[in-house]
Amino acid sequence: MISSNILALFYLISGILFILALRGLSSPETSRQGNLFGIIGMAIAIGITIISVGNFSTGFLYLLILLLIGGSIGAFIAFKIPMTAMPELVAGFHSLVGLAAVFVAISAFLNPEVFNLGSPGNIKISSLIEMSLGAAIGAITFTGSIIAFLKLRGIMSGSPITFKGQHYLNLVQGISLILLIFYLCKSQSESFFWIIIAISLLLGVLLIIPIGGADMPVVISMLNSYSGWAAAGIGFTLENTALIITGALVGSSGAILSYIMCRGMNRSFFNVILGGWGASEQFSSQKSKEQKPVKNGNADDAAFLMKNASSVIIVPGYGMAVAQAQHALREMVDSLKKNGVKVSYAIHPVAGRMPGHMNVLLAEANVPYDEVYELEEINNDFANCDVAYVIGANDVTNPVAKSDPQSPIYGMPVLDVEKSKSILFVKRSLSPGYAGIDNDLFYRDNTLMLFADAKKMTENIIKSL
Amino acid sequence: MEIDPFIFRLSIFILSIFIGYYVVWSVTPSLHTPLMSVTNAISSVIIVGAIIAALAGGAQNIFQTANIFGFLAIILAAINIFGGFLVTQRMLSMYKKKKKDKK
Repeated sequence: MISSNILALFYLISGILFILALRGLSSPETSRQGNLFGIIGMAIAIGITIISVGNFSTGFLYLLILLLIGGSIGAFIAFKIPMTAMPELVAGFHSLVGLAAVFVAISAFLNPEVFNLGSPGNIKISSLIEMSLGAAIGAITFTGSIIAFLKLRGIMSGSPITFKGQHYLNLVQGISLILLIFYLCKSQSESFFWIIIAISLLLGVLLIIPIGGADMPVVISMLNSYSGWAAAGIGFTLENTALIITGALVGSSGAILSYIMCRGMNRSFFNVILGGWGASEQFSSQKSKEQKPVKNGNADDAAFLMKNASSVIIVPGYGMAVAQAQHALREMVDSLKKNGVKVSYAIHPVAGRMPGHMNVLLAEANVPYDEVYELEEINNDFANCDVAYVIGANDVTNPVAKSDPQSPIYGMPVLDVEKSKSILFVKRSLSPGYAGIDNDLFYRDNTLMLFADAKKMTENIIKSL
Repeated sequence: MEIDPFIFRLSIFILSIFIGYYVVWSVTPSLHTPLMSVTNAISSVIIVGAIIAALAGGAQNIFQTANIFGFLAIILAAINIFGGFLVTQRMLSMYKKKKKDKK
């Protein structure tokens, strides 16, 4: 047995190691070391907790077995998961954190003596508030992440599900949660606690179903943040420094990512959470009626254009992830480089389905990270570039965001693809992107549309090179 | 008058939010996906609560409801810890710089 002071110091060390883990991510060189710090921090936290409990009876054996089972499942998933499935994996992991928080809260509620919170039916008010908040946020994270997972996996349609009075229903649920927590503190009744969890589970579903597929980067970041706040809530209940520090870190990390994603779409957080693009339907239907001519090209044309260019910028989007075209793309770039063409990649903050999605896929295809640029870094280079190769991206290149204040995406930062000498668009059809608006670039004289699957087209271009 | 320990924890919490704020802004955007998976892994430190809950009492207690919920939370958190750190490691090992010697 060790004193609780020593225990608290060890938890502090874990917390610091977790901070260093995040700090390491400031550059790819230090990131692997950072991850190692995180693992050490976790090992210390688990090890010291087991020692402090000091119960090496049958329970300890079960603990080891369960750690082993959980660990093997986790390791198996981590090694088997394809990189394109990363968004749904992260959503799935969030749901587990949420559920674990709920379980720990239930356990603390049923057996408060273990955590020095009082006795059943006579739990400290502050602890009751903390554990019910932790349980409620955890439950919202759990079901919300499951919906996000189903949408990302394609099991559930990515289109927003809305119904009348939805926001009022959510509001009523939110208010009743607060009231229930109040009455729980007053009456200590177990049933209130279960109702809080049940309502939170429902609220998680209702919060995420109205949010559409391309807004998923915001949703995932938001759920990431929630899982942190849930952990912090439990941390307060258990009076555990490591949990409080970690919860705060994760919570603010997710919040910042949500903010960055919202900024990438020039939309307020509430606008995204409330779902849909607002009045965008009206806008698209009146504009897209006229049929405009497009220039239709094939792989040979594209190969010819790029081979004779001196610089090419690649703009990947979600379509590249769907078609799994990242490896073919890298091969194409390799043969272009052999022809002396300078190639770089331009990544829009909301390209793909989660923050940094495109970067991971390109890294998987062995694209060196110093050839990959963020929007602000590369946007001025389009003016000097000969060919922009847009593969599976659409809305993030639409110049209407800069020119038409009536457009729903007006003000969203976009890649200045239209400034390059010629534009190649790899797309399956002329259909508008997620925002439901027509992209003016398709009809420009210097645009060549390549109607095909992103991977097949890229492979065909390699053959023609 | 003594300060409530809650205030101490609240101070730690708020200061950690500030640390998180500055640390996360310094994360390079290309590593945002690993950031999410690693934050996922570290938030599973909630396992410490699960361990305390699961091992509470003697050997005869481990099949009580409170303990069983603790054990369930251990499995969930363990999946996350191993899965989260390993998938982060796998992703980070793919980020490579341009080879200078390539001709």
